Formats: sequence, C-alpha cells, structure tokens
Amino acid sequence: MKKGSKRPSLRQLWQDTDLDLSRIRPADPGDDDQVRWEQAHARRLDAAELRLFRRAYPVLCVILCLILSTALVLTVAYMPAFGREDSPTNNEVAARYIEGATAEAGAVNAVAGMIIYFRGFDTLGEAHVLFSSVCAVMILLEVEPDRRRLRRERAEDRLYDLTRDSVLKEVTRVLEPLIFLFGLYVIFNGHLSSGGGFSGGTVIGAGLILHAVAFGFTDTERFFNRKVFDVIRVAALLFYSAVMLYFFYTGANDLDAWIPRGTPGSIFSAGFILPVNLAVGLEVACTMYAMFSLFRRGRV
Amino acid sequence: MNLLTVLGRILDNYEECAAMVLFAIGFFMLILHRNLIKKIIGMNIMDTAMYLFLASIGYIEGRAAPVLEDGAADPALYINPIPTGLVLTGIVVSVSFTAIMLALSVRLYRRYRTLNLDDIYTIIREERK
Repeated sequence: MKKGSKRPSLRQLWQDTDLDLSRIRPADPGDDDQVRWEQAHARRLDAAELRLFRRAYPVLCVILCLILSTALVLTVAYMPAFGREDSPTNNEVAARYIEGATAEAGAVNAVAGMIIYFRGFDTLGEAHVLFSSVCAVMILLEVEPDRRRLRRERAEDRLYDLTRDSVLKEVTRVLEPLIFLFGLYVIFNGHLSSGGGFSGGTVIGAGLILHAVAFGFTDTERFFNRKVFDVIRVAALLFYSAVMLYFFYTGANDLDAWIPRGTPGSIFSAGFILPVNLAVGLEVACTMYAMFSLFRRGRV
Repeated sequence: MNLLTVLGRILDNYEECAAMVLFAIGFFMLILHRNLIKKIIGMNIMDTAMYLFLASIGYIEGRAAPVLEDGAADPALYINPIPTGLVLTGIVVSVSFTAIMLALSVRLYRRYRTLNLDDIYTIIREERK
C-alpha cells in the first residue's frame, strides 16, 4: 500500500505529457507592432488554410475511395470465375511444383517444397527483410533515453505490470511447455504437413512473449538475453544464406548438389528443407520477441 | 456486358469481391484518419485483403490442400500452391513494414507528444517561425 500512494495516476501522467505550445513557440523577435500583426495574420491565414483542408479532405477521401472501390469491384466481374480449374492461374507452373515437390525437393508438403526449394531465392530475401526490419526498429528505438522520460516510462510500466498476476503466472506455467512443443512440432513437420519455419517460429516467439509478460523481462533474460538473441539471429541467417549459396552455386553451374533426400514422409528427409526451416524458425522467434521487447522497454 | 451479367459475375466471385471491399476499407482508413496508429491499422487491413484475394485465387473447388498424401503427385488432385506461398511472403513483408511504421510513430510521439498528423504539422509550422 505504501508503494501505491507514490504511484502517479493515469490522469497525472496524461497531464504531464500534455503538449504546451507556448514552450515551443519562439519569442517575438522585435517589439514592433507591425511585425507582431504580420505574424498574427500569418498564423490566422495558416489556421484558415488548415480548417479548409480539414473540411475538404474527408470529402475528397470519400470520393476517391468510392471511385477506387467501384473500380476494384468492377474488375472482379471481369476476373475468371472463383474455384474453377480452367482459370489461367492454374497453369503448368503450379503443376510442375506439385509434381516436383516429392520427386525433386523430397517434401510431402508442396508449399514447403515450393517456397524453400523452387522459390528459394524469394524466401531467402524474405528472411533478410525480417532481419533488416528488426535492425531498423533497433536503430529507431534503442536510443539512450533522457532521464526524465525514463522515469515517466517506468511509472507507466508499473501501471501495466502483470508480473504480480498469479492467475497469469499459473496458466503460463502450464501452457508454456505446450506452446514451445507445438512450435517445435510445426517447425519439424514443415516438410510433412502444413507449417514450417515461419509459422513455427511465430508460435515460439509468442511463447517467449508470454513468458516475458507473465514473469518479467529479468526472468526471461536468464535464458534469452541480448547476447543469445544476437548469436541466434545472426547464426541462423548465416546458416540459411550459406546453404542457399551452395544450392545456387551448384544449380547455376550444373554441378551435382549433395542433397540427402531420404524417404519422403519421414522426419529426416527432404534434403535441406528441415535445417532451413529450423534456421528460419529461430530467426522468426527471435524477431517476434525482439519486436515485443523493443516496443515494450526500448531494448532487446 | 450488361448490368445483370456484371452483378451475376460479381456474386460468382464473391470472395474476391469481399477482398476488394476490405481493401477499399483499409485504403479509406489509411487516407482518412489523421491518427498514425489508425493509419497503420488501415494498412494492415489492406494486407489482409490481399491475403484473402490470393487465397481465393489459388482455390480450386473440390480439391485438397497441397500436402501430397501417399505420394500421389498428380496436379489434378490439389489446389494451386503458388498463391499460398505468396501469402507467406506478404505476411512477412507486412510484419516488417508494420514494425518499422510503429517504431517511426513512437519516435514521432516522443518528439511531438501527439500521434495526430494535423497537430504534428501545426507544431512543425510553429517551430519553423
């Protein structure tokens, strides 16, 4: 209860963060009445312009959106009928991917075979997009905060702190192993059934986020700190890139690539799809947790 | 085509039509709302519309998901796997895009203490004077 009395209320926080325009506006440069009148006039003109803009903008928006949606819906009328097999999208490319999924890639799941084997370049680029987006968010949010804002944010954090919630803790204790297990299952079954590195990694990342919410970041840092995060995401991406580089090199030069395909349908089969799925899963899990942590407290 | 055939074909392609309506709603939110978070939500609705559109493009009536059971690699048994893979690409790009947009909004909020674009615009003008 002692702590509670010190805690600022939401209203106080809100007022504290309220914007004070007079602080930002610079003082008048001279005492001259003419200058002041001109400034006030310019401000009034600006305000009028802004008012006009605010009134006209929604109207223009509605008109533009009506035109756009009408055009789009009319385009739908000229598209091939829904669910028909003779539509032009179902051409020989899709047939080739399905036929080659087991024979060439060794995967039972044709989508996994397609995105990692046939369209490997595309998926490699995706992994890099994810990596660079985390880097961009880190650049934007991992700035040294000034002390006043840090104090205010800590106070806000205490308001939304869930680590004292015993229900959440107990439920997390039960659910967390199941969530991680399910994520691993989705990753390891990526070439056999629906799933793969991206979806499984998201599940594992959600488990990490749940742990951080229920037990706090200090508890999560016992097994997943900044160092582990950096090592895993860089190593996973490098491994993925190296595997794909080998694959591209042998493919482009007509060399025989060493790809152990195994028996289609067993866990250890489908050549490099399983290790690549694992790397992608780790990368995605790190990314998900990092996004949450960066937005929640400004660092990983 | 007269109006009735157009209407009939739109009803025939109802999934694509729904995707287009969702897209228009997302676009509407993106340009109408002055709050940055609402703009980002609108962008995400547009992404979702695209997933629905791609998924409905790849669907073929009466066929199974492309998980080849018992090694039957006959293309006549499964739906088109290409749009499904493209949806995955879309999701990854959308997640990255949303994260960067939100991070930029956080920085804007820290600088100007508001998420309203009009207010930010006004403050920038005031500061310039």
